[in-house]
Amino acid sequence: MSEKWRNRRTWVVAKSYKHGDAGRPRVGLFVTCLVDLFRPSVGFAAVKLLRAAGCDVEIPRAQTCCGQPAYNSGDVKDTREIAKQVIDAFEEFDYVVAPSGSCAGMLKLHYPTLFVSDVVWQQRARALAVRCHELVSFITDVCGMDSVDASFDQSVTYHDSCSGLRELAIHAQPRRLLASVRDLRLSEMCDADVCCGFGGTFCIKYPEISARMVSDKMANTEASGANNVLGGDLGCLLNIAGALKRHGSKIKVYHVAEILADMADVRAIAEGEEPK
Amino acid sequence: MRVTSQAFRTRAAVALKNVELQRAMAKAKGGFVDKRRVAIEALPEFEQLRSVAREIKEHTLSHLDYYLERFESQVIASGGHVHWARTPAEACEIVVGICGGVGARSVTKGKSMVGEEIAINPALENAGLEVIETDLGEYIIQLAKEPPSHIIAPAVHKTRDQVTDLFQEHHSRYGYNQRVTEIPDIVNEARQVLRDAFLSADVGITGANFLVAETGSTIIVTNEGNGDLTNTLPAVHIVTASIEKVVPTLEDATAILRLLARSATGQEMSSYTTFSTGPRRSTDLDGPKEFHVVLVDNGRSQMLGNEFHEMLRCIRCGACLNHCPVYGAVGGHAYGWVYPGPMGSVLTPLMVGLEKANHLPNACTLNGRCEQVCPMSIPLPKMLRQLRVREFEQRLTPARMRWGLSIWTYLARRPHLYQPVMSILVRLLEILGRKRGRFRYLPFAHGWTKVRDMPAPQGQTFQRAWRQSGDGSRL
Repeated sequence: MSEKWRNRRTWVVAKSYKHGDAGRPRVGLFVTCLVDLFRPSVGFAAVKLLRAAGCDVEIPRAQTCCGQPAYNSGDVKDTREIAKQVIDAFEEFDYVVAPSGSCAGMLKLHYPTLFVSDVVWQQRARALAVRCHELVSFITDVCGMDSVDASFDQSVTYHDSCSGLRELAIHAQPRRLLASVRDLRLSEMCDADVCCGFGGTFCIKYPEISARMVSDKMANTEASGANNVLGGDLGCLLNIAGALKRHGSKIKVYHVAEILADMADVRAIAEGEEPK
Repeated sequence: MRVTSQAFRTRAAVALKNVELQRAMAKAKGGFVDKRRVAIEALPEFEQLRSVAREIKEHTLSHLDYYLERFESQVIASGGHVHWARTPAEACEIVVGICGGVGARSVTKGKSMVGEEIAINPALENAGLEVIETDLGEYIIQLAKEPPSHIIAPAVHKTRDQVTDLFQEHHSRYGYNQRVTEIPDIVNEARQVLRDAFLSADVGITGANFLVAETGSTIIVTNEGNGDLTNTLPAVHIVTASIEKVVPTLEDATAILRLLARSATGQEMSSYTTFSTGPRRSTDLDGPKEFHVVLVDNGRSQMLGNEFHEMLRCIRCGACLNHCPVYGAVGGHAYGWVYPGPMGSVLTPLMVGLEKANHLPNACTLNGRCEQVCPMSIPLPKMLRQLRVREFEQRLTPARMRWGLSIWTYLARRPHLYQPVMSILVRLLEILGRKRGRFRYLPFAHGWTKVRDMPAPQGQTFQRAWRQSGDGSRL
C-alpha cells in the first residue's frame, strides 16, 4: 500500500472520529466487493441499521474483497496478502461488520487458519476474528436490537445463505427483525436452508449443475406464495434474481438489510426501469 | 473399476438430462433427509454421542498399529486368518488365492464398498469364479452391469420400472417369466433366485462396518439378512475391510452403531447387526469352516497424520451424499469412481490421484451441509478446499481460471487501483443495463449468463457514493 494511500485512510478515520460520541462502539463496515460494486444501497442500509443500533460507522477506504475467490480456489498466498490488507484496515475498530454471512465467516473463521506459521499475523487475525460479525446477527445478538422501524406491505420469503447459517448460526435473527416490520408477511419456503447453487466460482465453473440447484430454489420460492425473496448474502441473491428474471418471474429480490432499514424504495435486484 | 472422474462435467450434464435418473433421485432424496431428521430429533444425546464417537475414532487412529495387531492376534486366537494388503491388487490376489485354495467355483457377496474399491468381482470372474451379489441393490446393479451410485443404496438411481425390466430380462432363465411390477413381488422374486445361490456358494465374501480389536470380531449391519446367509452358509467366509474400520472394544463399536443407522437410513438400528468371530466352533450349529480377514490399506496409512487424517473417521453412512445438493442433482455415477458425493470427492483424488479426479473437489459450493450432518464431524468442505490448494500448487487449476483469478487478486491487493477501475466498469455496466436491469449475455461471463441473467449494478460503487454523501453525514 502506498504511503499516500495509507495517509488518506487515516485521514478518513480521523475525520469520522469527530462524529463519534463517547461510549458508542466504533464499527468498521466491511462493505464486501459485491455490495460495493453491484448494490451500494445495501451498504447504506447497513449504515442506517448500525446507527439505529447505537454504533458509529466508518468505512475504511483500503478495502476491496475478503479474498474468498482466491481462498476457495486454493490460492493461499494471495489470500494471505488480502487478509493482511483487511486486518490492517480494520483492526483499530471495536467491531467489524459485514452485510454478508460468507464474508463475515471468512474474516471470523478462516483468516486465523491462514497464518499457522506466522505467530504475529495469526495473533492479529484472531484478535480481529473475535470482533467480526455479520450485520443482522450483530445488531440483534451484540447490540440487542429486537425490532426495526420499517414497513413493507408485501409477502416475503427468506433464503438462508449457507455460510451465514452453518458457520455463524444465523437463522432466527433476520426472522425476528422481519417480524417487527409493519405489514410484512413472512411465508417460509420449503428447503430454505438448501444451497441456491451460487457457491462463488462454482456457479460459473459448473453452470448446468448450478442452474439445476437454483431452479429448485426458484420452485420453492414460487411455492411459498411470497412476492419477494430476501436473503443476507448478495452472491446468492444475484444468482436467485438472475435465474428468476431469466425465467420471467415477477418475484422481486432484496437484501434483507434493505427491508429492515426501510429502504425498499430502490429497484429490486435485476429489476429494470418501470415501463412507461 | 476404471476411473472416469475426469469426465465429471460431461457425465453430470448427461445425468441432469436423464429423466428416469432425476425421478429416482428426487424420490430418494427427501426420504433419506426426512427420516434422518426424525431419528436425530428423537435422540437428545446425539451431540454427546457424536463427540464420543469422534474421540473413539481419533484415539484408535492415533494407535492404529496397536489396535490392528491386537485385532489380528484375536482373530488368530479364535481360529481365523488375517491377511494384510497394501494395494487393491494385493487384496484381490489374496482373496482369489483363498478361493483357489479351497477349489471354489461360486462366491456370494454381501455389500462391501471396499470390495468395490479393490474391484474384487472382476478379479474373481477373471479367475473363473461365479460371483453373485446378494444385497438387493447390489444385485440389481450387477444385473445392469453398473457400478453403485450410492454407498448404502447402490441402486438408488434406478426406478422400479427399470428393475422390473432387468428382472424380466435376466430371470427367465430361472423359469420366472411373469413381469413383476409391485415391490413385494420384485423382492420376492430376487429372494427366490438368490436362495439357490446362497445354498450352493463355496465362499461368502462380506465387508465390515467395524473390526473389534478386543475380540477379533467383524461386524456388519444389513437390512435384508443377506449378510448372515453369506457369512454362515458357505464353507469359507472372507471379510474384506479397510484398516480404519478397527475400534478397540465392543463398547466402542456399539457407541458408533447408535449413530450409524440413524445417520444413514434414519433407523435406530439396522434390521441385522451381525458379529463374526472366527470360524465355526465344535459347539456351533452353523458357520464357516474357514474365516479370513483381508485388511486393505490402499493409501490410508498415508493419510494418517496429514491434512486428510480426519477423513479416516468416516463410517460410510452416506449422510453427506443424501444432503449434498450437487449429488442430489447429478447422482453418483457422474463422480466416476466408487465413492461419490462429498466423502467421495475427498477420497477419490487421494486414492486414484488428483490429476485423475481434479474436478471433484471443485464440484462443490462449500455449503457445509455435509459437515453439518456428518455423525463423525468430518470437516469435508475444509478438506475439499485443501485439495484445491494442492491443485493450485500442482497447476491443475484450469488456465482460464488462474488468469481470471490473478487479475482479480492483482486488483484486490491494490485498493488505490481497484477503486477507480471498478468505478468505471460499474458505471459502464449500469448505463448498458439500466433499461432492463440485467444482462442476458455478457462477454467473459458466459458461465453465468448461460443459465441466468446477470443483474446490472446500481451505477456507483459504494465507496464513491459514500464519499459523495460526506461519509454518511448527509444520509
